[in-house]
Amino acid sequence: MYEFNFTPVLASLDQLLVGAWLTVRLSCAAMLIGLVVSITCAWGKTSGPAMLRAVIDGYIEIIRNTPFLVQIFFIYFAMPSFGPKLSPNSAALLALVVNFGAYGTEIIRAGIESIHKGQVEAGWALGLSRVQIFRYIVMKPALRTVYPALTSQFIYLMLNTSVVSVISADDLAAAGNDLQSATFASFEVYITVTLIYLALSVGFSALFYAVEKMAFKYPLSR
Amino acid sequence: MIRVFGWNEFLVIVVAAQWTIALSAIAFAGGSIGGLLIALMRVSQVRAFRLFATGFIRVFQGTPLLMQLFLVFFGMNIFGFAINPWVAATIALALHASAFLGEIWRGCIEAVPKGQREAATALGLRYYHSMRHVILPQATRIAVAPTVGFLVQLIKGTSLASIIGFTELTRQGQIINNATFSPFLVFGTVAAIYFLLCWPLSLVARRMETRFSRATAR
Repeated sequence: MYEFNFTPVLASLDQLLVGAWLTVRLSCAAMLIGLVVSITCAWGKTSGPAMLRAVIDGYIEIIRNTPFLVQIFFIYFAMPSFGPKLSPNSAALLALVVNFGAYGTEIIRAGIESIHKGQVEAGWALGLSRVQIFRYIVMKPALRTVYPALTSQFIYLMLNTSVVSVISADDLAAAGNDLQSATFASFEVYITVTLIYLALSVGFSALFYAVEKMAFKYPLSR
Repeated sequence: MIRVFGWNEFLVIVVAAQWTIALSAIAFAGGSIGGLLIALMRVSQVRAFRLFATGFIRVFQGTPLLMQLFLVFFGMNIFGFAINPWVAATIALALHASAFLGEIWRGCIEAVPKGQREAATALGLRYYHSMRHVILPQATRIAVAPTVGFLVQLIKGTSLASIIGFTELTRQGQIINNATFSPFLVFGTVAAIYFLLCWPLSLVARRMETRFSRATAR
């Protein structure tokens, strides 16, 4: 009969928490930069020239139809043959941003398209500038509509960061791998790491819910 | 001497795609059975079933697929089975698919108007027959598009099986890359094959979704 031994895992819990902290920072940074990419691409896709739209479409389709693991390999191993060689952590961040950007663009585009045309026309009639219309009339209500989709995409992004451990970025999963090879208590290590991920996703869901309650007090319907 | 990335290396990678397809198919089959059970538990009248299914979905949607693979891979040892990447990858992906398909299909079952269920009860149909002949056939129609969409996720997910040492498309790519040192060609090829597997499915899912939303809008 197998005997569980959590002692070495609990002794090195701080090591795992350091990894978890990087996972949190990496996820948040990728989310914020990814949102900028998403909003820019969504704008380009809804009101840009045909050429730009085709490029953005190509980007979205390629990213959404290939595994994140292969995207990381491509950025970390293949990109140096025509670009800069990135450190594991920067390559991880870039891969996460590129990945999130594709999904985020589609989510935000759906939000933008849910805005009535009449609202934008009213903005023109009021003499607002193009940027003002985009910011106040389109983006604000659009973000509110897509908020739930964006937050679940963020949770997905956070869980996806575990994959960056394969290029030895030092996130939570990598901390788990290190501890596993030091203690050989594989199952105990990975169950602890998995529980930390679960705690992170439950925690972030609760946080997003609280933010939603605070930020969007007024009703969604027009 | 370093091998050069040539026609043979290209073919080896293409052939490895069969393991990706096989793994996806088996995981999808297992996940369909599990997913149906989870979905039925989620909409069940029995509280214990609902709680179990909700917990199952929360755990599998709230933890990384990579960790699920590791846990099954190393957990087999605990239960006295030999560690085998094939079996571990299949079990982990099938459980993962069960949770996601369960949640997708619950939504589809609940999307069937309540009156249908009530009509079935009024006609004297018991649970099994009302599910089998009234609810599930209608839910199936709604479920096709999101299920195909999830299949894309699953195919992409099989790439993680490479990390526990299952030689599918991604792992074969890594092996060839270690021999040829031409990551651009190797991972470009690997990405292109995944794209060719997933893109048609994405297009089909999207086409069905728009057709369905147009059909229900009337």
